[in-house]
Amino acid sequence: MSIDKDKIKHISKLARISIDSKKSDSLAKDLTSIFKFIEQLNELNTDKVEPLSSILNTPLRSREDKINDGKIRDKILENSPKKNEEFFVVPKVIE
Amino acid sequence: MSEIIKKNLSEIIDLIKKKEIKSEELANLYIDKVNKSKKLNSFINTCFEHTIQKSKEFDKKPNLNSLLPGIPLAVKDLFCTNGFKTTAGSKMLENFIPQYESTVTENLWKEGAILLGKLNCDEYAMGSSNETSYFGNVINPIAKDTVPGGSSGGSASALAADLTPATIGTDTGGSIRQPASFTGTVGLKPTYGLCSRWGIVAFASSLDQAGPMTKSVKDCSIMLEAMAGFDKKDSTSIEKKKENYSKNLKTDIKGLKIGIPKEYRVENMPKEIDELWNKGKSILKDLGADIIDISLPHTKYALPTYYIVAPAEASSNLARYDGVKYGYRSSKGNDLIEMYENTRSEGFGDEVKRRILIGTYVLSSGYYDAYYLKAQKVRQLIKKDFDENFGKVDAILTPSTPSSAFKIGEKTNDPISMYLNDIFTVPVNLAGLPAISVPAGLDKKGYPLGLQLIGKTLDEQNILNVAYAFEKNCNFKNEIKNWWL
Repeated sequence: MSIDKDKIKHISKLARISIDSKKSDSLAKDLTSIFKFIEQLNELNTDKVEPLSSILNTPLRSREDKINDGKIRDKILENSPKKNEEFFVVPKVIE
Repeated sequence: MSEIIKKNLSEIIDLIKKKEIKSEELANLYIDKVNKSKKLNSFINTCFEHTIQKSKEFDKKPNLNSLLPGIPLAVKDLFCTNGFKTTAGSKMLENFIPQYESTVTENLWKEGAILLGKLNCDEYAMGSSNETSYFGNVINPIAKDTVPGGSSGGSASALAADLTPATIGTDTGGSIRQPASFTGTVGLKPTYGLCSRWGIVAFASSLDQAGPMTKSVKDCSIMLEAMAGFDKKDSTSIEKKKENYSKNLKTDIKGLKIGIPKEYRVENMPKEIDELWNKGKSILKDLGADIIDISLPHTKYALPTYYIVAPAEASSNLARYDGVKYGYRSSKGNDLIEMYENTRSEGFGDEVKRRILIGTYVLSSGYYDAYYLKAQKVRQLIKKDFDENFGKVDAILTPSTPSSAFKIGEKTNDPISMYLNDIFTVPVNLAGLPAISVPAGLDKKGYPLGLQLIGKTLDEQNILNVAYAFEKNCNFKNEIKNWWL
């Protein structure tokens, strides 16, 4: 799979990362060689193999949906790059 | 006095217990050397006022029965520390101050340890040389133009330079074991699920594990004992009783079966590494172990599998950095989407962006089956290789890395050659197994090289024992000359 600038444009849009056209050239080159490396996997026939998504044999635990902390709004907001009293502030989304 | 900080953790603990040194004196020794060692760039932030205050509190009411009594420890800057900046080596989190403590560090403080500072690492733990950190390269104390490995490069450098008596790192594809090998130190990646992932900045959640980095195997057993344990806040934490790794440490390995996988003899591997591997085999054989040739046929597919699974999980985990709730926000952009795009473009470094893009692509519509699902299937085959062999052998011995520490800048322009560093460590993460890198010798340049012991699931005690016996009979001596002082 060769990765060209158009593909980089598409993926970076999906990933919400703006990429300028100079960077996009070198990224296309890097990703093409990485995908060539990754595609060694096609040598293997895996038709009858079950995919492994977790190495743990047990199912994930569930827990009761109970509040066990809270009342830390101000502390949480302290890390926000832009806030207005008790709100996170983002650029205007509705005209 | 400065001789004290050259000692192993277990010896320093003894000095504290015998009241031959106070916690505050010890803290001051480390602070002094950290201040004189800025050239290494192994720390991102320090918190010396906190360290001194806590050590004074310890000295007033010392609990000498704890595992790490009054011991100052610096930790990788990937562990969230309540009230202290946690950057993950990224501009994105340059000013992030967590409001909670990671379980693993909390466990260390409960055992008496005291935070000394936060150690440099590759950005979001993505790298094998510590060259992707926003806070700059870290220097390997063995030689001023060499990398310490990565991603736990600051941890390895600080430890080898005696700036902390022990430390912790995280290992997603070799990030504890490879830097340990490059600096002549011991590094252990535990079984997936043994140490809680809660409060660790996430990279690839099905692979990430925290583990100890130390100057000796005994130290490693003490640190692992302090860190490990069930945590209900991590849904993949294994529910089991705590083990006394340090108390149960023994050198008797008679009759143990040690597997030697033929696939780990790779092309272009320096002869010295092959010789060292042979030396390892003969030491273990002399100690009464049986050396058995085995085959792990899918080894060569581990790295390609890793470079699908890890970026896929990373692209999902790092979607949270949007410039809204915490972290960096770009001042450019006319609307919300542009703000996101500029924030992520300016806040992430090149390697992180590269991996997010790979991950986004392999998970994108139309490509999921060809890449991600395929990788999960090959991951199954890699795990099966290990499962089948662990019926025949008790542990597996391999080299830790295909080379010793390389020069700064040597591999930064070629991602694949950088990725190949992890060729011997990555299969272990994919299979969720424990593995330890233990220093075994020096190459012609005088740079350290490590051997890796891979164990069965939750068989940490066994690989610690083999490593302990090996260490006692290998006579490795790290030659670090404090040239930066």
